Amino acid sequence: MSAALAAPQAGWAESWWAPVRVFLSRIATMCLVELQKLRHDRTELVTRAVQPALWLLVFGNVFTAIHAIPTGNVPYLDFLAPGILAQSALFIAIFYGIQIIWERDAGVLSKLLVTPTPRVAMVAAKAFAAGIRAVAQAVVVLALALVLGVSLTANPLKWLGVVAALMLGSAIFCCLSIAIAGLVLSRDRLMGIGQAITMPLFFASNALYPVALMPTWLQWVNHVNPLSYEVEALRGLMIGEPARLGLCFAVLLGAAALMISLASAVLPRLTR
Amino acid sequence: MSTSENPPEPAVLCRGVRKAFGGTTAVDGLDLRVERGEVFGLLGPNGAGKTTTIRMITTLLPTEPGSITVLGHDVARDRIGVRRLLGYVPQQLSADATLTGRENVALFARLFDVPRRVRREKVAEVLAAMDLTEAADRPAKTYSGGMVRRLELAQALVSTPQLLVLDEPTVGLDPVARDGVWDRIAATRAETGMTVLVTTHAMQEADEHCDRIALMHRGRVRALGTPAALKDGIGTLDDVFRHHTGDDLEQGGISDVRSARRTAGRLG
Repeated sequence: MSAALAAPQAGWAESWWAPVRVFLSRIATMCLVELQKLRHDRTELVTRAVQPALWLLVFGNVFTAIHAIPTGNVPYLDFLAPGILAQSALFIAIFYGIQIIWERDAGVLSKLLVTPTPRVAMVAAKAFAAGIRAVAQAVVVLALALVLGVSLTANPLKWLGVVAALMLGSAIFCCLSIAIAGLVLSRDRLMGIGQAITMPLFFASNALYPVALMPTWLQWVNHVNPLSYEVEALRGLMIGEPARLGLCFAVLLGAAALMISLASAVLPRLTR
Repeated sequence: MSTSENPPEPAVLCRGVRKAFGGTTAVDGLDLRVERGEVFGLLGPNGAGKTTTIRMITTLLPTEPGSITVLGHDVARDRIGVRRLLGYVPQQLSADATLTGRENVALFARLFDVPRRVRREKVAEVLAAMDLTEAADRPAKTYSGGMVRRLELAQALVSTPQLLVLDEPTVGLDPVARDGVWDRIAATRAETGMTVLVTTHAMQEADEHCDRIALMHRGRVRALGTPAALKDGIGTLDDVFRHHTGDDLEQGGISDVRSARRTAGRLG
C-alpha cells in the first residue's frame, strides 16, 4: 500500500493488474491440477463416456432410423452430437460441484481457502477446472461421433470456440451446484437435487429436438436455459447449423459471471 | 527482524473472541497471546473450542465480536495478508489421494505464489525435509497415515510460513509416526524460527513438545503457562486439567468420534 502512495502511476497499474494476475494464476493452477488428476485416472474418462455413447449409439441411431424428429437437411445424429456433448459436460459440472461437499468434509476446502486466494478466484478456478474435465470428456465423445459418421467441422478456430463454449457451460453448472451445496450442506440432499435439476435442464433445452417442436411453455423455459445457448453455439460451430454465436457467448459469459459471484457468496457457508 | 522501536507484534493476539453456533457457545471470551518463535499448544477435550479458535485465526470464521491479529495483521481486515503468513494443516487427512506427493506440494507452492524460478527447488526441498523424496512421485493414496501427515506438513511449509497452524496433527497416528511428525516440526522450527500453534487433546504430547500451553475448556482458557509451571505441585497434565476444570477429558459427541474415525479410515 505504501509503495502505491510513493509511486501513484505504477501503483495504479499494479492495483488493477495484481488481482487479475492472481485470478488468472489460480484458474491456471486448478486447471493444471485437473489435468494431473486426469492423467492418473484415465479409466474415469472411459466410464463417464458410457452414458453419452449410449445416447449417440442407441437413441441417436434409433431416432435417425425412424425419422421421428425433423431436423431439415441435417441428419438427426449430426444434430444430436453437439447436444450430447453439452449434456455430458453438464453432468460432469454438476457432479464437480457436489464434490465440493466431500472436499469440505475432508478439510481440503479449508486448506484451499487459507491460501492467499480471494474466494471468487477460488470458485472461478474450480469452475474452469470442471471445464477442463468436460473438454477432456468431450474428446472421447467426439471420437465416437466421428466413428459414427457425424460430419464435423475441420476449422481449428471453430474448435477453439467449442472449447470456450464447453468451458463456460461447465463453469455455469459447476457454480450452480456449488451454490446449492452451500445451501443444503449435505451430500445426500445435493445428490438428489443434482439429479432433479439435470434432467429438466437437459429436456427443457434444444439438445434433443429443435426449439420449433417444443410447446410454447417449454420454449419459454428454453429461452432462459443456459444449456440451450451452449448447445446452439456448439451446433453452429461443429456442424454449421445457423446459430446466434454472439448472443450465445454473451449469455454464457454473463451467466458464468453471475453464477461465479453467486457461488462465491455462498462459499463461506461451507467452511463454517 | 523488526526495525521499529516498539516490541515486535506477537504471533497471535486474541482479544475477547466469542463464537456461538446456534445455541451452543464454542468460544466464550477468549484472550490469548502467542509469542513469536514458540511452540504454543491449545489443549483441551473435544468440544473445548480449539478448532473454532483455529478457524477464526486462519480467517475461515468471522472474528466479531473481539479481534484477532496475526503478526500485527488484523484477521478481519486483512485476510489475504494474514493467509500469506500462514501454513495450515487441518485435522482431517486432506492431501489429494489421486495426485502424487510432489503434485500435492506444487499445488500449494502455486497457490502461495512461490516464484516460478525457485518453485521446483523449493518443492523438492520441503519434500526432502519431510523425508518424502523417494515417495514423491507416487500417488498419495499409496502413503501411510504418517507419510500423509508429513506430506501435509510439506504442503504447509512450502510457502515458508511465519506461523504454522496444526489442528490435531497426530490424531489417528501410531506412536512411531507421531514422533516422526513432531521431529520434523521441531527441526523446521529450529531452522526457520517460525511460530507453531498446535491443538491437541493428547496431554503427553503437549507436555513433551510445547513451550507453553493454554488449557481450554468450554470455550475459555482455564490455565496458561509452561508445562513445568502448570504441573508444579499438581502432578501430570491430566491432573492439572482436572484441577482447573473439575472435569475429565472424556467428552465430545458422536460427530467428533465420527470425524476422527473417518480421518483414520481414509487414505489408509
